[in-house]
Amino acid sequence: MDEKNVKRDLNVSALCVPAKGEAGRTGDWRDFRPVIDHKKCIPSSKNKAACFLCWLYCPEGVVKMSIPVEIDMDYCKGCGICAEECPPNAIRMVREGENDG
Amino acid sequence: MADVRILTGNEAAALGVKLCRPNVVAAYPITPQSQLAEILSRYVEGGEMRAEYVRVEGEHSALTVCISASTVGARTFTATSSNGLLYMHEQLHWAAGSRLPVVMCVVNRGVGAPWSIFNDQQDSLAQRDTGWIQLYCRDNQEIIDTIIQAYWIAESLYIPVMVCYDGFVLSHTMMPVDIPDAEEVRGFLPPYKAHTLLTPEAPRTINSVLFPWRRPNPEGVLCDGYMEMRYKLQAAMTRAHGVIQKANDDFAGVFGRDHGGLVWKYRCEDAELVFSGMGSIANEATVAADLLREEGIPAGVAGVRTYRPFPREEAAEALRSAKALVVLQKGLSYGYEGCLTSDLKAALYGTPLRIPVVDVVAGLGGRDVKAREIADAGRDAWKDLQAGKQGNRSLWLNCYTGEDHAG
Repeated sequence: MDEKNVKRDLNVSALCVPAKGEAGRTGDWRDFRPVIDHKKCIPSSKNKAACFLCWLYCPEGVVKMSIPVEIDMDYCKGCGICAEECPPNAIRMVREGENDG
Repeated sequence: MADVRILTGNEAAALGVKLCRPNVVAAYPITPQSQLAEILSRYVEGGEMRAEYVRVEGEHSALTVCISASTVGARTFTATSSNGLLYMHEQLHWAAGSRLPVVMCVVNRGVGAPWSIFNDQQDSLAQRDTGWIQLYCRDNQEIIDTIIQAYWIAESLYIPVMVCYDGFVLSHTMMPVDIPDAEEVRGFLPPYKAHTLLTPEAPRTINSVLFPWRRPNPEGVLCDGYMEMRYKLQAAMTRAHGVIQKANDDFAGVFGRDHGGLVWKYRCEDAELVFSGMGSIANEATVAADLLREEGIPAGVAGVRTYRPFPREEAAEALRSAKALVVLQKGLSYGYEGCLTSDLKAALYGTPLRIPVVDVVAGLGGRDVKAREIADAGRDAWKDLQAGKQGNRSLWLNCYTGEDHAG
């Protein structure tokens, strides 16, 4: 490592500020990825700002409250809580490396 | 005019704390510290001290309150003894690792089991490796003065400081104490500035998991790993030698009392038989040195005031003329020897001084140690030296060891 060109950590104690990616690209921890069926998803299919339970329950805050609903796969750890909570079962968990099907 | 009062060690400590104007005090009463916690509580209740006194259910919480308050910019104080200090153990590491300048009085008491409310120093010696600075006081004047210096040291280095003084021997014994002037203390001790102020406007995650390696944050700064953070503490402890001495010398300049900084010396210049120790037992050794001097034995005392960081160079310098060293201590590393003995031996390693060291464990659980008994131990060491015996010895002073107690 080139120690001369590195910006030094001047903090006296260990700390970090809240920032996207502070904990690294956590998406590469994922074994299963969520796949949304937008025909079933309530806000996506009805074109209304409704439901968004996936956004509410996501522990990583990677679901975007948008139409259509989007998930930031760089940081989604694949826990599957969104799929579990989705009222119309619009989200399926698919093993990484396999097709969306 | 000087304000001299007759005070117990605990009363002197309470006045010292008040002079430093902490914002938050959290302490749980335990003998022999109780009086200190009670007086501080009374100061706050009566409006004499503008601080928040947080009542807690135990010592672990007391220190946790200080850690939290210190993180948001408060000057904090706590105090404990014995098993109370042991109960704080985890948070001791946390305070030092977070680099928070908490100041704590440890009113030294033997630890259970078996129960003892009486004095020895096993409680604070057992916290040696937590990353706290440890200062040991000889008398009540030194207690009040050391507390003021402790805040100066802690807040200069961002290292917490323990001010240790012997339970009952000092905590409950009355002595004349010259009370420093409040305005002069205000001038000596600048307000506390936190290294990182945690506020709602500047949210931070403090002490999250650090990985074994260093890691860039989203701004591209290569953040230290666990090991670098620990190195920073060790580096600050190394700088502490100079800071502790400066606190002592600046204090002496303002208030006219010099307690010796890291190591204090008594008749050491030409001493061939040197006693060492910490706290009141080392003070008692000065009387023993006088007794031996009357007999023609050139005795002196090199007292350790700062136990961590350990004053390696200062101790070796104080022992320059010594031909034998007698280390008196109220605590030990079971299965080895007195903690101070090991440290002093290590300090002498690599110096030209190759002298016999007598490891004396004394005064455990409040057992009395008289000056003439210390003199006896010194005289024996002197006789061994005259007889050409060069080996190290260990002894338990005033302790029945005549039968095999094993099993």
